[in-house]
Amino acid sequence: MSALKEVEPVLERLKGVLPLSLYRELVAKLSKEEMGREKALEVIYETLKLYVKALIDAGEAIGIVTAQSIGEPSTQMILRSFHFAGLREFSMALGLPRMIEIVDARRRPATPLMYVYLDEEHSKSREKAEEVAKRIQSVTLETLARSVDVDYLTFSIVVELDPEQLRYRDISTKQLEKVLAKVRGKGLEVEFDGNVVVFRLDTSDPVKLRKIRDKLLQTRISGIKNVRKTVVRQDEGTGEWYIITEGSNLEAVLQIEGVDPTRTYSNDLHEVAEVLGIEAARTLIANELKKVLDEQGLDVDMRHMFLVADAMTWTGRVRQIGRHGVAGKKESPLARAAFEVTVKNLVDAATKGESEVFKGVFENIIAGRYIPVGTGMVRILMEL
Amino acid sequence: MTVQFGVARTQPEVPLKSIHRIRFGILSPDTIRNMSVMEITTSQIYDEAGLPVRGGLMDRRLGVVEPGARCETCDNTHDACPGHFGHIELVKPVIHVEFAKYIFDILRSTCPHCGRIMLRNDEIAKYRERLERLSAKWKLLADNLVEKVKKRASERSTCPHCGMKRNKVKLERPYDFYEETENGALVKIDPEVVRERLERVPNEDLRLLGFDPSMARPEWAVLTVLPVPPPHVRPSIQLETGIRSEDDLTHKLIDIMRINEKLKIELEGGAPISVVESIWSLLQYHIATYFNNELPNVSIAKHRSGRPLKGLAQRLKGKEGRFRGSLSGKRVDFSARTVISPDPNLSINEVGVPIDVAKVLTYPERVNEWNIDRLRQLVMNGPETWPGANYVITPEGRRMDLRYVRDRKSLVDRIGPGWVVERHLQDGDVVLFNRQPSLHRMSIMAHLVKVLPGRTFRLHLAVCPPYNADFDGDEMNLHVPQNEEARAEARLLMLVQEHIVSPRYGGPIIGARQDFIIGAYLLTRKDTLLDREMVAYLLGAAKDVEGIEEPAIMHPTELWTGKQVMSMLLPRDFTWVQPTAFRSTCGDPATCLEDEYLVILNGFMASGVLDKKSIGAEQVDSLWHRIARDYPSGIARKWLDSALRVFLRYLDLVGYTIGIDSFDLPPEAYDEINGIIARGEERARKYMEEYLAKTLQPDPGYTVEETLENRMAIELSKVREDATRVVERHIDKRSEAYIMAKTGARGSLINLVQISGVLGQQTIRGERIKRGYRLRTLPHFEFSDIIGPEAGGFVKGNFKEGLGPVEYFFHAAAGRDGLIDTAVRTAQSGYMQRRLVNALQDVYVAYDGTVRFSNDAIVQFKYSDDFTDVSRSDHGKPVNIDQVIARVKQRG
Repeated sequence: MSALKEVEPVLERLKGVLPLSLYRELVAKLSKEEMGREKALEVIYETLKLYVKALIDAGEAIGIVTAQSIGEPSTQMILRSFHFAGLREFSMALGLPRMIEIVDARRRPATPLMYVYLDEEHSKSREKAEEVAKRIQSVTLETLARSVDVDYLTFSIVVELDPEQLRYRDISTKQLEKVLAKVRGKGLEVEFDGNVVVFRLDTSDPVKLRKIRDKLLQTRISGIKNVRKTVVRQDEGTGEWYIITEGSNLEAVLQIEGVDPTRTYSNDLHEVAEVLGIEAARTLIANELKKVLDEQGLDVDMRHMFLVADAMTWTGRVRQIGRHGVAGKKESPLARAAFEVTVKNLVDAATKGESEVFKGVFENIIAGRYIPVGTGMVRILMEL
Repeated sequence: MTVQFGVARTQPEVPLKSIHRIRFGILSPDTIRNMSVMEITTSQIYDEAGLPVRGGLMDRRLGVVEPGARCETCDNTHDACPGHFGHIELVKPVIHVEFAKYIFDILRSTCPHCGRIMLRNDEIAKYRERLERLSAKWKLLADNLVEKVKKRASERSTCPHCGMKRNKVKLERPYDFYEETENGALVKIDPEVVRERLERVPNEDLRLLGFDPSMARPEWAVLTVLPVPPPHVRPSIQLETGIRSEDDLTHKLIDIMRINEKLKIELEGGAPISVVESIWSLLQYHIATYFNNELPNVSIAKHRSGRPLKGLAQRLKGKEGRFRGSLSGKRVDFSARTVISPDPNLSINEVGVPIDVAKVLTYPERVNEWNIDRLRQLVMNGPETWPGANYVITPEGRRMDLRYVRDRKSLVDRIGPGWVVERHLQDGDVVLFNRQPSLHRMSIMAHLVKVLPGRTFRLHLAVCPPYNADFDGDEMNLHVPQNEEARAEARLLMLVQEHIVSPRYGGPIIGARQDFIIGAYLLTRKDTLLDREMVAYLLGAAKDVEGIEEPAIMHPTELWTGKQVMSMLLPRDFTWVQPTAFRSTCGDPATCLEDEYLVILNGFMASGVLDKKSIGAEQVDSLWHRIARDYPSGIARKWLDSALRVFLRYLDLVGYTIGIDSFDLPPEAYDEINGIIARGEERARKYMEEYLAKTLQPDPGYTVEETLENRMAIELSKVREDATRVVERHIDKRSEAYIMAKTGARGSLINLVQISGVLGQQTIRGERIKRGYRLRTLPHFEFSDIIGPEAGGFVKGNFKEGLGPVEYFFHAAAGRDGLIDTAVRTAQSGYMQRRLVNALQDVYVAYDGTVRFSNDAIVQFKYSDDFTDVSRSDHGKPVNIDQVIARVKQRG
């Protein structure tokens, strides 16, 4: 008989006491065990006892512990990791540079990427996945052209299309015509002749002609803006197919048919915050930090990542850890001055008539007093 | 008898107060005059006799810094006089550089005629209402609003209040203001006019512009009177030659005084405007550089020797500045620093302190009836003999230096309860031990003192990982807490044994390393059999072991196995199973006979060997992790202390060394390795040929050249990987080097391969070597667009047989690249950590379990959703239920 049955009422009472994950694990483990009521109760009692022992103390300076837990291993990180043989589709920012990028909350990551997961139908086979990939990857006229000629006599640009590319990209001539038709106007005429597209201009300025040529070639025929490259990959664990893209445009990709919008994400913090919301950005920060450390084989508990992520996002906006963010926007003028840009902060405080009320750690160190965390939060009754 | 003993510590006569609040603002001219004790009237500082000139910058009324003299304002000597401000009346006003930007903001958003903000009344009302609402709770949003108001107001050119059409104001950095007239000409607005305009702005409008007019009226940022700090802030230094050298600030103030005097004379003499203007601007320059001598577009004021002078801003700024250097980094007494060296016979809790250090560092122990005899003896011993004492403090607070007490005996007799004896450091005292860089909290831990002969601090090898220490000349610092509260706190919270489990990942950061691991492996190996003498010796090293077990072999002699010795150390109720480093084919720990699994049942070591995976530092889910976690910290520490002593003692007995023969490989192995090298090179060459024949297909997204480079790099780096497998197969499994690598004591298979197999591809910045001359990396190679294997840094040789000259060069180049990499990384990650700590230092867990900033803003409602402290967790989990179940079942 399963041990669970015997102690169900006891477990029920523990539901609100133990954290949910621990409670579920306990229930699952007990249901698998064959043991009597006595033993099962012993297990529950012991679990509860150990859980209480593992609780964090009030006053613990958890911020510093977190900062150190992430900062200390980063000194051990390899700056330029040896490239992973064979898997070099992207020159991803890895290790310390990526880590700094995350805590800096840079506007654009050095290598914006998207991980596009697919729905039931498209994640099963490579062909289906590639179908979606084709829809995502942006195709410019340049990719489709076999040759481009600029005719300075008749002031026209002649583009010969590559039928193979057209077929590979799944683009019909009609579709192409439709897109290119929009380019018309402004003294530009488009003519189609089988695989040849001729653009006629009414200017006679060769410089302008070249400019227009460059612009025409960058015309996006299909796909999503900013997505330069797509790679279809198979997840080793689940065997499901997914797409990694270089260049990020989350808003557009979520609307593509075949994409699973619940799992697809980008590595651009601000973009995720905008499109999916601040909670998604928070999770992303934590996961990306974890990923960087895992790649280097460094073991850091997830709790630390979440605290950093929370400190960066609790205001509802993504703020960097640094002079323009969490550290630079503190209330205490002294703490701000001590961090960076000392004089400017003091002068600023002066014009605003700010007050220093000595609430934070730094200010109290300056004043030579106990700090308001840890054992500094309490006094002993009898002076020794 | 009134004999003065030693130096008496004077009670400060200046009353002490604690800071409640500091308000920031701009000093108004009236305030400056009110707080000033005198006006500086001359640029002279000393007369011919070398005495301070009255009315000069070193006037005695400003306070005294030299000993002996008395302050003319407060009548105190140098140690009690706090210093008093003076002031300089400026003949013409000048702009305070640091406020130039703020002055500019006001000038361009207010009307020069009526002084009102350039907004309509309805706008003013709207913004005022909004600002009031925001500034109560949302400081940052209020700041944003102020920025918006400034922008709005500066866009308008006709004043809605008086109807004046104004000119555009321009700021030419750092401190010149201009007005653009209708015809486009720039007309300078001198500071006097600026000041007049600022005076006209009403308080209410200033609030909208982000100013707090009660603390900072903008016209106060245009200086008419300059405060002069007391000499305490700018002390002069007497050189050995007797020449007096003045502080940079004094120099700067002299300059200001001189120009100010000159300007006064010229003005009174009715000099032409151009002359006045030029002197005025010189005054402006001197005052600007007095505040900040690193202004853009301003030439740096220099000392006579050419050294740039330090302005006030330079004093505050940067790492060595007042904030980071003096206020947040404080210097301490009762500390020591010296070289560290290892001592495996200490406990991990202990630190060996040299007698010389112990005689200088003291702890003030209060005399009571229980310790009076001991403390009397210590005082009798005096400062020269350890254990002794250096000072005695009487109940009246008089401090006596025992070095100068002639009759110690009579002093000792007077000592009674209430006295304090500053006694030498003794065994068992708690001290803090630290090694920089202090990257995490385990970089400062409390140790118990063990006074030892010698001149170095001694520490146990197992505590090297948390400090990241080695003994190649590292130095460490030691601090002595000076009261019982601090000692109790250190002992309870900071003692080494409380930090065995790291808060980073919830696993042990302290544990066996190197020699301990080899010793443990050799001891627990199957072929280790020990006679009674040996066993007794080892158990003696372990200290408090319950008793000796029955020997495994009774006849012809009594012999014990190494595993038995280990069993005698383990706690009786300890059960644990894990694979060892030698695990290969066995699937089930219960039936495996080859020591592939470590099996411990109720404190009996049934099979397996000890290795890094089971007792090493930084290993989670290991034998040592279980002990560290499932037993109280004191028990775990004791276990580690004695187990490590046993391992090392055994290693001492049997000895361990490696020779060149540890790296011998049979000829077949070399045949195979050479084959691998040849095949690798051949494949690389094949790609080169394909490239030259233009038949190489580029990978998607790459050019042909990149594809070639990628493929070659992959092929060549594979050579070493393949060679590793060959070496592993052929190397003598009893080779000392192999055992070290396998058990995890030191080195890895890669090291073995590089020593006896092949060194492999060398890389610079993660790529094959490609730099050097045009079209070739070294003159030894032929000109070519593509880099062949050798030219790209592929090293076929190994350390044992030696490298070729070219190979050696490339290896050195790659080695240097690694060093540079490390240097760059430390700087980058150091800065990142500084920012992280700075951003998160105020975050703490409140009594309600929420995580908050010091201003009570909540970051997390439940710390990590389960309130679990990682350092009390089991590799991140609050409870390891599998272990709990196993333990309950075990109890039977």
